[in-house]
Amino acid sequence: MNTVETFRTGLEAVRAHRLRSGLTVLGITIGIAAVILTVGLGEGAQQQVAAQISSLGANLLIVTPGSSTSTAGIRGGFGSASTLTVADATALASPTVAPDIAAVAPTVSRSETLTAGTANWTTTVVGTNPSWLSVRARTVSEGRFLTQADLTQHAAVCVLAPTTAQELFGGRDPVGQTVDVAAVPLTVVGVLTPVGASGSSNQDDQAVVPLTTAATRIFGGANRDAVNQILLEATSTQTLSAAYQEANDELLALHGITAPASADFSIESQQSLISTATSVDRTLTVLLAGIAGISLLVGGIGVMNIMLVSVTERVREIGLRKALGATPRVIRRQFLVEASVLGLVGGVLGVGLGLVGAVALPHLVHDPIAISGAATAGSIAVAIAIGVVFGVYPASRAAHLAPIDALRSE
Amino acid sequence: MTAEHAVLPAEGTRSHTWDAAGPPVIELDGVTKTYRTGTLEVDALRGVSLTIDEGEYVAVMGPSGSGKSTLMHILGCLDVPSGGVYRLAGEDVSTLDETRLAEIRNQRIGFVFQQFNLLPTLTAWRNVELPLVYAGVERHERRERALAALDRVGLSDRVEHRPGELSGGQQQRVATARALVTDPALILADEPTGNLDSSSAADVLGLIDELHRAGRTIVLITHEPDVAAAAQRTERIRDGRIVPVTDPGTGGHR
Repeated sequence: MNTVETFRTGLEAVRAHRLRSGLTVLGITIGIAAVILTVGLGEGAQQQVAAQISSLGANLLIVTPGSSTSTAGIRGGFGSASTLTVADATALASPTVAPDIAAVAPTVSRSETLTAGTANWTTTVVGTNPSWLSVRARTVSEGRFLTQADLTQHAAVCVLAPTTAQELFGGRDPVGQTVDVAAVPLTVVGVLTPVGASGSSNQDDQAVVPLTTAATRIFGGANRDAVNQILLEATSTQTLSAAYQEANDELLALHGITAPASADFSIESQQSLISTATSVDRTLTVLLAGIAGISLLVGGIGVMNIMLVSVTERVREIGLRKALGATPRVIRRQFLVEASVLGLVGGVLGVGLGLVGAVALPHLVHDPIAISGAATAGSIAVAIAIGVVFGVYPASRAAHLAPIDALRSE
Repeated sequence: MTAEHAVLPAEGTRSHTWDAAGPPVIELDGVTKTYRTGTLEVDALRGVSLTIDEGEYVAVMGPSGSGKSTLMHILGCLDVPSGGVYRLAGEDVSTLDETRLAEIRNQRIGFVFQQFNLLPTLTAWRNVELPLVYAGVERHERRERALAALDRVGLSDRVEHRPGELSGGQQQRVATARALVTDPALILADEPTGNLDSSSAADVLGLIDELHRAGRTIVLITHEPDVAAAAQRTERIRDGRIVPVTDPGTGGHR
């Protein structure tokens, strides 16, 4: 019997036992769709978190001051000391000192109340330089960002984040309007493009002013050279660790510290944040995949039962086919085709259902779903393996029975 | 496989008499069969010696439990003897592997069972063409030969019916068509009329008789004396042994 005949016989058997074939296919379909969707949900969440974190600024390093100890011996937390200065930032910006650092943005920030006409709004006021825009990976949706001229002239200008602009001006165009911060009138020159909230800080609710303006005209204080943070942008993801090293070495040298352990600053990269967050999500993905795997296994056991019953109740048929001249090989191949067809159809339908679900579900639950090729291929392979192992094994045993034993069985 | 098929004598040219020139179609020499069910051993055949020549029509008669069905299964290569020698057309069956046995069942033997043994999901002609599928006959030719065989048993108007839509007699005629579609030299019928009313039984016996007259060797298993009467020769079996015929019709032995 040739391959075409084997296929025809196998397909006919699938068609002849519609209900049973349908149930088998259904079990596999649901199992595979479940695997694809749950793994997809997990991976989608992982990608979303990674994207959100990198939206804070690609290749970003954040230098924060160390802790301070007051004369009374009270120790502040990290960032409480004012050991970082504008001079540090200027040194790091030098391409000879730190060739792997593309841009440097020292920042000072404080919570202030902004007033525009009758409206007022309390938010974070950030004093920085023009590099801030690229370091933070932001864009301006309206007007312009701060310029070097603003910085040198201590210009009374500010750029508002979209939420701040909305709170102060409602639907009106904020560009050209005046905002009072600590009794200093500032002209709004631009509005930032929204990026969404991330972590604890809302990147869409702040006001950005020139560093010099902030230090001398708004915040004031004794130490006007101190900065709260220095944001560094590495030239690329690959040079991030080199940039880290250069910044670390240079700051240790500038601060005259010989033992790295007693450094009065710390450098943090977004990369470490990403890896922490994604490892949490990976745990979630593994958990979801485990649940999906169990559902596939349960589906598989259902398929196994159906195939076992199917073969058992067809032992007579196998006996008859043998009596009429079918060899064990032909019998085995017939059942192999049947089982593979069921597994394959179930697998394809499962992938189809999974893909439809992946497109439809985000509209309902607002969670992104990433289709994982490995999970898809793996689950189809498992489905076919289930069909083949649990369909062909009993058939193979039946194929080797003496024809009369098979014929006699009830 | 197909080459061997061509060697078989064409319809009508087959010898109507059984001359002793070739080897006997069936030669059993001290064949025993023991079934083991758990610790219990059942001797179904206790040394059967039997020779059937080409073209003979032999009835094997015996009460239920006498071993007659076991005998037929061994004759049809559906089961293997526990002891003794079975030569089919001069060939010792115990030396053949499973594939070769399948080929013999396919090419040389036609079966008619008491329970018909038709596949319920297939139509009449698809049931009849099954042996040809395993013989590797091409699709178009299979249909032609299956239809011709159904025509011979008088069922040309039922070719697209499934077994469930046919009467018992019609089903057995489909099974008979399946037995003769490969043009086998030997036809084994195991109580072919056992499940049929008397008029259907007469139809099927008439068909078998016709096949015999066309030159085929027939072995018919039955427990009914009037069915056995259709055969040229009757062998009686009792308790797994062939017993001499004393008085046909009484069913007695010794």
